Amino acid sequence: MAEHEDVIWLHGRREVSIVELAECAALTEAEVRELVEYGALAPSGGEATQWSFSAGCVARVRIAMRLRRDLELGTSEVALALSFLERIEELESRVRELSAQLQAPPRR
Amino acid sequence: MKYKDYYAILGVARGASADDIKKAYRKLAQKHHPDVNKESGAEEKFKEIAEAYQTLKDPEKRAAYDQLGTGFQPGQDFRPPPDWERQFHTGGTGGGFSFEDLDLSDLFESLRGGRGTRARPSMRIPGEDYEVRVQLTLEDAHRGTQIDLELMVPEYGEDGGMRRVPKKITARIPKGATDGQRLRLRGQGGKGTNGGRDGDLYLDIELRPHALYRPAGHDLYLDLPLAPWEAALGATVEVPTLDGAVNMKIPAGTIAGRKMRIAKKGLPKPGGGEGDLYAVVQIVNPSVLNEREKALYEELRAQSHFDPRGHFAREKSHG
Repeated sequence: MAEHEDVIWLHGRREVSIVELAECAALTEAEVRELVEYGALAPSGGEATQWSFSAGCVARVRIAMRLRRDLELGTSEVALALSFLERIEELESRVRELSAQLQAPPRR
Repeated sequence: MKYKDYYAILGVARGASADDIKKAYRKLAQKHHPDVNKESGAEEKFKEIAEAYQTLKDPEKRAAYDQLGTGFQPGQDFRPPPDWERQFHTGGTGGGFSFEDLDLSDLFESLRGGRGTRARPSMRIPGEDYEVRVQLTLEDAHRGTQIDLELMVPEYGEDGGMRRVPKKITARIPKGATDGQRLRLRGQGGKGTNGGRDGDLYLDIELRPHALYRPAGHDLYLDLPLAPWEAALGATVEVPTLDGAVNMKIPAGTIAGRKMRIAKKGLPKPGGGEGDLYAVVQIVNPSVLNEREKALYEELRAQSHFDPRGHFAREKSHG
C-alpha cells in the first residue's frame, strides 16, 4: 500500500509547513511563530512562509497544546514542556533500541 | 442521571472560592493529566477532574450545579428539582432526550454558554481530532493493514445539545509503521460544522511483542541460537525473516553476541526502503548429553588448549 496524501506518517524525515503544523495542532500561524521565537520549535528555511518543521514535532506540539489548554500554561512553560517532550521521545527511542539489542535467555 | 460530587472530586469545600477551585484543579490536573501520567486510570481520573472544573469555574454553571441539591451519593440516580430546567436550561437537551439517558457532564455542556448557544449559526467550526493508541502485530506493520476502531465521540444536535455516541472507523495503516510512530489520517476525525474542515484521526502506534523479533526503529533483532560445533566449525543455517526463511552462512569461529546483518529484512520504512534484520548469535549447549556426546566432549577437553578465561589472569597481573 503506497502512502496516500490523506494518510501521513509523522516521522522525522518528513517535513511540514507552518500552515500544516498550525492545522495539526489547532494553532494560529502567529502562535507557531511565537513558539519559534521562544526557541521551542526550530524550523528550517529563512522566511516564516518558507519555514518547514520536522513532522516528528507534530505529536509533541499537539501534546504541548493539550497541556497548555488543560493546565493553563503560558508560552514559556509550553516551550519548556516541548523541550522535555523532545528529550523524553529521544530517550524512549534509545530505550527501545537498547531493549531490542538485549538478548533473551536461550531457550531449551 | 447519576449524581457526581464535583466538590469532592476537586477536594474542596462547597463554599470554596473561585481561586481555591482553580488551585485545586491545577494541582490535580498536573498529577493526573494523561499526557504526563502514563499509569492506567489516569485518563479517567483526569476527565473527572476536568469535568468538575469546567462546571465549577463558570459561576453560572456552578450556581446551576449547586441548585441540583445536596445529599446525593456519588453514582446515585437523581433528577434535578422540577423548576431547575426552566431556570437554567435554555438550550440543548430540552426536546431531545430524557434525563435518564443523560450524563451530568452533557447536561452542563449544553447549558447556557455551551457550544450550541454561543457559536453563531454561520461560524465555521472544525471537526474534532481523534487520537487513538493502537497495537499492531509486527506482521501487520510489515505488510500494512486495516483496523476497525470503535470510539465514543461527542455529537452535537441542532439545538446545541451534546451527547457521546459510538462511532466506527476503519483506518488504513500503510506499510511503514514501527513502535512509537504516529500516523495522521486527514479528515477521518469528527465532521466540521458550517463548512469547517473535518477533524483528523491520529494513531499512536505500538507494536505487540513478537516471539522472535525485537524492533529498533525499522531494524529487527533476532536471537540466533547455534550449537557449539556450528559456531566453532561454521555452518549454513536457516534464519526466519518476515519475508520467509533465508539461508545464512555462519563462518567458523563465530563467537556468542556476534551481530550478523541481513540487509533489508527489517520493517519497510515510510516512503520506501527497509530496515535490516540483525541475527545475534547465542551459543546453546544441549542440556542432556548421551554417552557418546559426553565422551566426545571429554576428548575435546583433553585435547584443547583453549582458555576462555585467560584474560582474567592477564588483567590480574596488570592490575
